[in-house]
Amino acid sequence: MAKPVSSLARGADSFMVWLDKRLPVTAFWKATMTGYSAPKNFNFWYYLGSLALFVLVLQILSGIFLTMHYKPSAAEAFASVEYIMRDVEWGWFIRYLHSTGASFFFIVVYLHMFRSLLYGSHRAPRELVWVFGMLIYLALMAEAFMGYVLPWGQMSYWGAQVIINLFGAIPTIGEPLTEWIRGDYFISDATLNRFFALHVIALPLAIFGLVLMHLVALRENGSNNPDGIEIKENKDENGVPVDGVPFHPYYTIKDIFGVAMFLLLFTFVLFFWPEAGGLFLEHDNFVPANPLVTPEHIKPVWYFTPYYAILKAVPDKLMGVILMGLSVVVLFFLPWLDRSPVKSIRYKGLWYKVMLGLFAIAFIRLGMLGMAEGTPAQTIEMRVWTLVYFGFFVLLYFVSPRGKTKPLPERLTH
Amino acid sequence: MPTDGVNTKRRRFLVATTSVVGAVGAGFAAVPFIKSWKPSAKAQAVGAPVQVALDGLDPGQILKVQWRGQTIGILRRAPETIDLLPEVDGDLKDPGSVESEQPLFAQNEARALREEYLVVNMHCTHLGCVPQVIPQVGSQPFEENWKGGFFCPCHKSKFDMAGRVYKGVPAPTNLKIPPYSFIDDTTLVIGVNPEGAV
Repeated sequence: MAKPVSSLARGADSFMVWLDKRLPVTAFWKATMTGYSAPKNFNFWYYLGSLALFVLVLQILSGIFLTMHYKPSAAEAFASVEYIMRDVEWGWFIRYLHSTGASFFFIVVYLHMFRSLLYGSHRAPRELVWVFGMLIYLALMAEAFMGYVLPWGQMSYWGAQVIINLFGAIPTIGEPLTEWIRGDYFISDATLNRFFALHVIALPLAIFGLVLMHLVALRENGSNNPDGIEIKENKDENGVPVDGVPFHPYYTIKDIFGVAMFLLLFTFVLFFWPEAGGLFLEHDNFVPANPLVTPEHIKPVWYFTPYYAILKAVPDKLMGVILMGLSVVVLFFLPWLDRSPVKSIRYKGLWYKVMLGLFAIAFIRLGMLGMAEGTPAQTIEMRVWTLVYFGFFVLLYFVSPRGKTKPLPERLTH
Repeated sequence: MPTDGVNTKRRRFLVATTSVVGAVGAGFAAVPFIKSWKPSAKAQAVGAPVQVALDGLDPGQILKVQWRGQTIGILRRAPETIDLLPEVDGDLKDPGSVESEQPLFAQNEARALREEYLVVNMHCTHLGCVPQVIPQVGSQPFEENWKGGFFCPCHKSKFDMAGRVYKGVPAPTNLKIPPYSFIDDTTLVIGVNPEGAV
């Protein structure tokens, strides 16, 4: 480093020396940013992790400002949300930021997870990165569900009714368990109040901790890449991976560009289509909660509908709930179900492309059917796609060790 | 940790016992927090019995009241409706109400204390939606040979005119019957069983 010229620069330098002795700022920055080598061939799919973090920050920020006006009581909740929308200056903006942000959070997270399926990012030695990611996803589902109850509209109320009653399917302890969750004999003020506490304090804290673990586990082995080979196996004389580039400035700049592009799309929806035609905020939720009237057609928000379709496909309460739970739990085991010698789809044969393609179609189709009215024909179709969904995991376990692969490259490809 | 001259066996024992005592303590300390989630004294007080006047309820009509936040339906059934009940037994999951929840006095074909009145918790035993009452006999969009009953729009569960669940639908058991009794011929009280009954 050149000798500092100005007294200001000298002062800054000596301040950093003082600081580093007490808090390892420089060492941390070097270890995780400038001195951390990331594979040089990241593509579009590698924007999504940083975008997820960005949306999390947006949600926390907009959420804090919403709590300043929102009232968590059954008598006042609905009116206070309308008050935010109509009377609070820029209230509509903060509220739509939060509600649209929730849906975009799931869009980003689903794509982020799909990236793992494409390039095998969950495979050894990154299984725990995936497991922590799945725990974040679970916490996020709980967070989103409870957040949806807070406006106390019809869909908030009846959605909560259906979801909490899922626990009632558990033999013997089911009924008392649902009563314990609700804090009453029905969905009431007590339920809303505790969901508020969980939504604004408990779950965000849990998500924050899990994100930290996700990142610490990620930095331990470094990111995977579209070729699915380890860059650490090919280092130069200084011990730096030859196919790596410093995370900062290369990928920090790339991610900032990603955030800008994301905001372009996100703000367009936010300003011109915030309810997404009933997809992000359902029409029934603009009617205050009424325990006496069940809406004609209860459905969860779009990001839960694939699992909801699996629930609806089964003509038995307990089995339906078990299968729906299993459809999420099975994802945890992906790192051990894929036993192919190569990680990335680029070096797997046609078998994986077909299986993953069918799985993606099954997930999307189940999502669409989960929202639908539910004709007998749709029930049959839901059963078929449920079979395809679970078939993917079973087949993956048996086909992956034998499935055809292409030879891996020595170095990253462009 | 220095290990010279340490009785490792005793140390291990102390670490283990201290951990166990600590874990038990933490378990007990969690009780107040877990119990604070149960229905409060106030919520339990609101769950008191409800009196309903039945005069003016004609055959085929249903009266809905709230008891403990649940929608309770009181359906007055015509004699011919009651006569039709055994006809659907073959299509039902639990025609004898063996697996279902009801006071003992209602474990019969009509699932009632007095056959004329069906007092039923309207919440579907699947996931808690409130089914529609469709007492008319005849073809319906969801069932060609409909003998009258309840139909849940949420997940398509079907029940007969005694709240008994049909086969092949997601609801596992018949609609629940709450505890209730008659004070006189036209006054019903929900939440209290007849004296001596369970």
